[in-house]
This record gives sequence, structure tokens and C-alpha cells, in this order.
Amino acid sequence: MSDWVEACAAGDIDEEDVMRFDHGGRTFAIYRSPDDEFFATDGLCTHEKVHLADGLVMDDIIECPKHNGRFNYKTGAARGAPVCVNLKTYPVKVDAGKVLIQIG
Amino acid sequence: MARGMVIIGAGECGGRAALALRELGYDGAVTLVGDEPHLPYERPPLSKDAMVSEAPEIKAIASDAILAEKSIRHIHSVQAVAIDRAAHAVRLSDGSVLPYDKLLLATGSTPRKLPMPGLGPRCVYLRTFTDALAIRAHLTAGNRIAVIGGGFIGLELAAAARKLGAAVTVIEAQPRILMRGVPAEIAEIIHEAHVAEGVKILCGDGIASIADDGKEVRVTLAGGQEISADLAVVGIGAVPVTGLAAEAGLTIDNGIAVDAELRSSDPDIFAAGDCCSFPLAVYGGRRVRLEAWRNAQEQGALAARNMLGAGEAHAAVPWFWSDQYGLSLQIAGLSDEGRSIVRRDLDDGAFILFHLAEDGRLVAASGIGPGNAVARDIRLAEMLIGKWAKPAPEALGSQAVKLKSLLAA
Repeated sequence: MSDWVEACAAGDIDEEDVMRFDHGGRTFAIYRSPDDEFFATDGLCTHEKVHLADGLVMDDIIECPKHNGRFNYKTGAARGAPVCVNLKTYPVKVDAGKVLIQIG
Repeated sequence: MARGMVIIGAGECGGRAALALRELGYDGAVTLVGDEPHLPYERPPLSKDAMVSEAPEIKAIASDAILAEKSIRHIHSVQAVAIDRAAHAVRLSDGSVLPYDKLLLATGSTPRKLPMPGLGPRCVYLRTFTDALAIRAHLTAGNRIAVIGGGFIGLELAAAARKLGAAVTVIEAQPRILMRGVPAEIAEIIHEAHVAEGVKILCGDGIASIADDGKEVRVTLAGGQEISADLAVVGIGAVPVTGLAAEAGLTIDNGIAVDAELRSSDPDIFAAGDCCSFPLAVYGGRRVRLEAWRNAQEQGALAARNMLGAGEAHAAVPWFWSDQYGLSLQIAGLSDEGRSIVRRDLDDGAFILFHLAEDGRLVAASGIGPGNAVARDIRLAEMLIGKWAKPAPEALGSQAVKLKSLLAA
């Protein structure tokens, strides 16, 4: 349940940017929003399993590097073609400069 | 408005347009007509994943369930044979007649045929899923594949064929591969990757003759060299499918000529995707025709909006990608608009060439590298191009300067 995992240091990610985090055979994407909050989603696009961490973050949108599928990384909501399946999101907290995600 | 919307062509563009009409809340009849037996599907995998997979499957844009849920009527395996503009109706090859309020022609393009005699059953083209399955059956270890044309389809196919152990020869009449739209510096990286994987590339020599006896193809080059193959795949470009539009008297100009809102010379008929030429606003209205997946998708959606009266002009920047081996190429904009080049090196050998116009405006960016190494910067370049930005060349050339910071400027 409360399986909090340390993903990175807060300073590892720039504002309005994203980083890949692999853990336990799974891959995640960790985001830092322009207003300095942290978020986490599954790491692969729901369209063709491309790593979203290679994509571009603009405001609260992550855009897939391959086919420009867009998701709101705060809610996981798919934002138009070619993606139609939402992205799974995970709770995130920052503790003593560390970014932790609950992957339970 | 009681007749509804009819879309001719059930590919990426037509499929997206049908879905977009529903997303926009249109509740009249939507009919999607396609000449293939399949659901609307994505074509890019045909020269890539579908070629190496054991049992290639269609990557559908919408399932039967989605089409039913959205009340999109999909008529497959049928051709549109005539448009009666006065009656606002389309006649199909099965004899039926579809009335329309607005008509969208998303008829796509078809492979350019090699204009010479001698081609037989062992000389094939790639456009449809059925074509892909037929080619896939020949891609086995030791089989000899001749790829005629060093463009994207041919090169992606060559990469797939090598992966399966086939012996591949690429024949390109031009002095180098990817002459159209790809800078020499990047074409060279792709050329080297193919050679390293064992592909034989023959450039600068045209084909003198072809003999195909149904079991083997013999290609003789102008210089006398002879290439024997079990299968020859011809990939020498594509031509827009305009017959239906031309017979209906619509203006044709390197494709069905449309305005910035994708409207043809008949105000109730739109055209989008590979089949149309349109004024590209980002280059001052230069008329172009694009053969690209994203363009098909975006124009399908834009046509849907304008069929419903949005009056929205096309504003996108062309964008294109190709995958070969572990390399991915991405191009934003049209590089022939550029007069000078600035190179930006990224990690892992990846790099981007920025193409600048005489006045310093960024007009295109071409990048290549492993995986998706260039994706983010190409996307940012695309936005800079769309903004008519004139970034400092030294900033573009320095990896230390984030492209995102130039966007805000």
C-alpha cells in the first residue's frame, strides 16, 4: 500500500521538465511543474510504448517524443489523437529534498 | 443540414476526420468510405514493425466498437466512382448513392509506378496492409531483396529486411540516398548505418531495364551492373489520388487544390492529407503537398472543424520522422527554405541541423540520433519555426543554451 520509493533528488529535475525513473522492472516519468510541484506517471506512452521522459513538458502537458500524443501529467488525461488511453498517475511527495513516489 | 457528412478515403486522414466530427459534437450522419477491406489503420508501421513481426497486425485508428458507439458508418471495400456536385451526392462502385451536405476527399496517394516495361509479379509496391503482408512473406534469411529507390519507405524496408536476414541491395538513381528533403550530412549517417548492417547501396546509376520471370527479377543498371533478386520493392515516391476530384471538375494543382481552410474549388467539398495541395502559411502561402502521417492527422481534424463552419486556417509546421535500426530522424519545416545551416551537437552522437533563411529566420530543423534523442529539441524548433523566430545562431549551436529559453524570447 504505502510503498514509497525514492525516485531522485528534487534538484535533479528542472522546472517544467521530466525525468525517467526505473524501478522493479517498471518505468515511470517524474515531472516538475512550472509552479514547482512534482508529479509521476507511467513512463511509457499509451499509444506505442515510447518513453515519455524524452518528450517535452509545456505547462501541465507532456507530449510524447514520437507521435506528439499529449497527456495532462497531473491527471493522466489523454489530450487528443493519436492517444486515447489515459496515463496512470502515482502519488508523489517531497521529503528532505528527495522526491518519493508511491508505486504500491 | 440533413444529408450529413461523407468522407472518401478511410486512412489516417479520413479516419481522424470522422472521429473529429463526433468529438466536435456533430450529430448528423457521418459516412466513411474506404476501398480497403480493413478498419481505418495507421500506415507508418507497414514499413517498420509490421515488416519484422511474426504475425503483423493492423494498428486500427478506431475499432468496430468505437465506430459503432460514435455512429460512424464505415463502408469498406468500395470505391467512390463519381461526384454529382449539383445533386450533392457521391456514387459508389457498388451502385449506391450517398448524399452529402459537405464532402471530404481524403483519397491519399498511391505509389509512383516505375515507368518501364518488364515488371512482373516479383516487382511490388508498398502502400496497404495487404501489400505489406505480401512483402513480409519474402523477407526471410538469405532471400535477395532489391529495393528500388533510396527514399524513406525503401530504406525502412531495407532495415526490416536485414533484421530478418535477407540480403538487401538498394538502388538509387540520384547521387545519394534521401535527396529530397534530407540534408547530405544526415543522409550520410543513415547511409553508413545501412552499410554497417550489411545493406549494399548503389547510387548514381539509373535502371536501364528490368526482367521479371515470376521467380526472379533481374535489374540492369545504365552502367551495365546487374542485380538479381527474389523480390524487387519499388519505392520511388507517391502521387496524389485525384481522379475522382478531377472528373468532378475540381481544380487540380499537384493534388486537389484547396485554400487555407482546406476547401476545394467547390465550397462544399474539402480535401485533406496526401491528396491535396494547400498554401503553407508558415512560408508565406507557398503551395505544397505533404505526404506525412501527422499532416494527414492534423488536416483531417482541421477539415472536420471547417466542414462545421469553423473557418480556421491551416497553421501547422510540417513534421516528419523515420526509424531505421536504432536511429531516429525527425524533421520540422521544409529544409529547402534555408540558406545556411547551424549544427547543434547533442549527447550520444545525436545532432540537429538548423536551417536559417537569409534574414536569419529559422525555417527548418533536421535531427538524427539514437532512440528519441532529438525529439524534444526538434519539437521546440518546430514551435520556433511557427513563431517566425530569428534565434541567434550561436545560441542554436550551443547545447548549453536550452532551446526552450529561446521560445520565451
